[in-house]
Amino acid sequence: MKIRAQISMVLNLDKCIGCHTCSITCKNVWTNREGVEYAWFNNVETKPGIGYPKDWENQERWHGGWTRKKNGRIIPKQGSKWRILAKIFANPHLPEIDDFYEPYTFEYEWLQKAPELQAQPSAKPRSLLTGDVINKIEWSGNWEDMLGGEFSSRGRDYNFEGVEKEIYSQFEETFMMYLPRLCEHCLNPTCLASCPSGAIYKREEDGIVLIDQEKCRGWRMCVSGCPYKKIYYNWSTGKSEKCIFCYPRIETGQPTVCSETCVGRIRYLGVVLYDADKIEEAASVEDPKDLYPAQLGVFLDPHDPEVQAKAREQGIPDAWLEAARRSPIWKMAMEWKVAFPLHPEYRTLPMVWYVPPLSPIQSAHEAGKISSLDGMPDVRSLRIPLRYLANLLTAGDEAPVATALERMLAMRSYMRAKSVEGRIDPSIPERVGLSQDKIEDMYKTMALAAYEDRYVIPTTHREADEDAYKMRGSAGFAFDADSGGTTKTNLFGGPKRAPDKKYMDVPT
Amino acid sequence: MSDFLNQLAFGWYPYLAITVLFVGSIARFDANQYSWRSQSSQFLRRKQMMIGSNLFHMGVLVLFVGHFIGLLTPIWVIDALGVSHPFKQLTAMIVGGIAGIAALVGSSMLLHRRLFDPRIRRSSSFGDIAVLSLLWLQLVFGVLTIVWSSQQLDGHEMVKLMGWANALVVFDAAAAEQLAGVSWIFKLHIILGLTLFLITPFTRLVHIWSAPIWFLFRPGFQIVRSRHKLGQPRDVAAAPQFAGGGASATPRAADSGETGA
Repeated sequence: MKIRAQISMVLNLDKCIGCHTCSITCKNVWTNREGVEYAWFNNVETKPGIGYPKDWENQERWHGGWTRKKNGRIIPKQGSKWRILAKIFANPHLPEIDDFYEPYTFEYEWLQKAPELQAQPSAKPRSLLTGDVINKIEWSGNWEDMLGGEFSSRGRDYNFEGVEKEIYSQFEETFMMYLPRLCEHCLNPTCLASCPSGAIYKREEDGIVLIDQEKCRGWRMCVSGCPYKKIYYNWSTGKSEKCIFCYPRIETGQPTVCSETCVGRIRYLGVVLYDADKIEEAASVEDPKDLYPAQLGVFLDPHDPEVQAKAREQGIPDAWLEAARRSPIWKMAMEWKVAFPLHPEYRTLPMVWYVPPLSPIQSAHEAGKISSLDGMPDVRSLRIPLRYLANLLTAGDEAPVATALERMLAMRSYMRAKSVEGRIDPSIPERVGLSQDKIEDMYKTMALAAYEDRYVIPTTHREADEDAYKMRGSAGFAFDADSGGTTKTNLFGGPKRAPDKKYMDVPT
Repeated sequence: MSDFLNQLAFGWYPYLAITVLFVGSIARFDANQYSWRSQSSQFLRRKQMMIGSNLFHMGVLVLFVGHFIGLLTPIWVIDALGVSHPFKQLTAMIVGGIAGIAALVGSSMLLHRRLFDPRIRRSSSFGDIAVLSLLWLQLVFGVLTIVWSSQQLDGHEMVKLMGWANALVVFDAAAAEQLAGVSWIFKLHIILGLTLFLITPFTRLVHIWSAPIWFLFRPGFQIVRSRHKLGQPRDVAAAPQFAGGGASATPRAADSGETGA
């Protein structure tokens, strides 16, 4: 048993209001630079939709994630190591920047500089790649916001598999939900496995997956390897970049920027203990529907004294074990089973999990028929098709998602009975397989969602491993800090030349 | 004067170019690894890359190995193996010709794309365009040498070139003299080739050094890094106790007055 700890995240989609505050704050902190203008380490998609980049869930097209061979072993879907190397000169599975979108800004400066004109001056969009005027913006990071665009485009959503989707093209029958996405910091990342340089690594202490910017050589296999398309090639520096889970904040016990600024309080951060020896086995199970339970089997119970003793033996600090016991992630994923991994069928064992959203009841007629049961409708009568959520979260297995939705509905009816009618109804938690304590805890964590219940983040204790005195002054604010010479000219060439940007503001 | 230029170009310049190639590359790797990358532009424009880049790279790899073996194998080894000079020349012409034309077609596509696609052109540095142009020119010279070679199929011109390369390796001061009677196209090809060596450390060509063949020998797929020795207990004595909230989250929550109600 090789015990490791990971800071994991759960997003409660039931409470996401799609405000994009997470995306914007993340952008302002991490990707407000040339070369990554198009990159959103965190983005929010409106589902159903083909997403960002376009059609990212279609792995027959992008070849992301893992594939299971006949002999039971898994290899990256884009090929074994030699196949990956054979694609190094031109990667056939690499998306183009247009699959994300061509980054642009507007001629804001022109609004002030324009001479007297017949018509009002307007701020035309200009490409951040060429500096040319873009006549019509065709796509952007969030083009399908609030079901934007026609159904024929949106309807290509991969998660409609097995759903009679034509019904949902009708305005009266349509449904939508938000899906905030960031790097999954997987237990079995394909980006890492695909990196020919060995520049990507998973941190042993907290499970954060990072790209060593010094070692990255820009072979761009990680971009196609990641099934979530959460690795971004910086076209200016020629290196790949990704969500860093705000590790400088996490190390000091603060939540990530996207979590900290989340208006709907939908994000949870906490420690999960797992057995690293079980990863390969769990990722290799035959039936994709077994991947979700297999991943649960990799996690270790932080309340188990044996696990605690072993973990301490293997160098996990007590503060981390304490945090693991109080972890909201453990509660939601393991105790209440209301949180699920995103697309477990990719076999990456993702560590950013999602609570499926409840939705209004499909039709008033049906609602009248079934609301007699403590006001609890059948989850199959909810507007978002169960199969759709299952395709997203459990490789198509509807039962676990149904249970989760029922538990969330039960929590509502139990609390409604308790606080409105002043009646404790023990039959409600019983019916969904929970105790009264658990359902009250669920209410506290998921409905009230206090700051200290959402974020239980132990500090990293770098001081135990590094000599802070020696390290002082060793890190600056730039990737490409100048080498201390006297001239500004860099003999070996820095990032690429910025295109000529007439009348353009600073990038993005 | 002509002797001096000959000595400069083929006697001294090779050592200068190779020295700069090695010392420069090591210096850059040491000082500025962040700038060490292939700088692929496929992400900006896929068009012409799939065919162009593959043809170019595969062709150049064959050419590189071919030149390495063809020029640096001592002549006596060739003779001892019983390979006749005309046969060796013919092999070099055929293999090199095919690879050369493939690489030339590929690099023409890449150069066309780099010069005439506004996205690629405007995000290119001077070095990116210069390197590709020089490589294209070098491939043109290289393919042209076949025309000259085909006029003398007995291999004596080839022996002169091999003799020169062999002599350079053993630091023979008379190396340059071996090229005295060689056709100008070979000389141009050599000078430009050495120049490409010379500029390598200052351009994206450094990615050649990083050809990731080690990937094939990496055990397993996953990589884990740690600040401490894996599996060793850490000395984290004064761990802050949790008192109702996250280690550092509690004061923050109190500051913001957020109670979660």
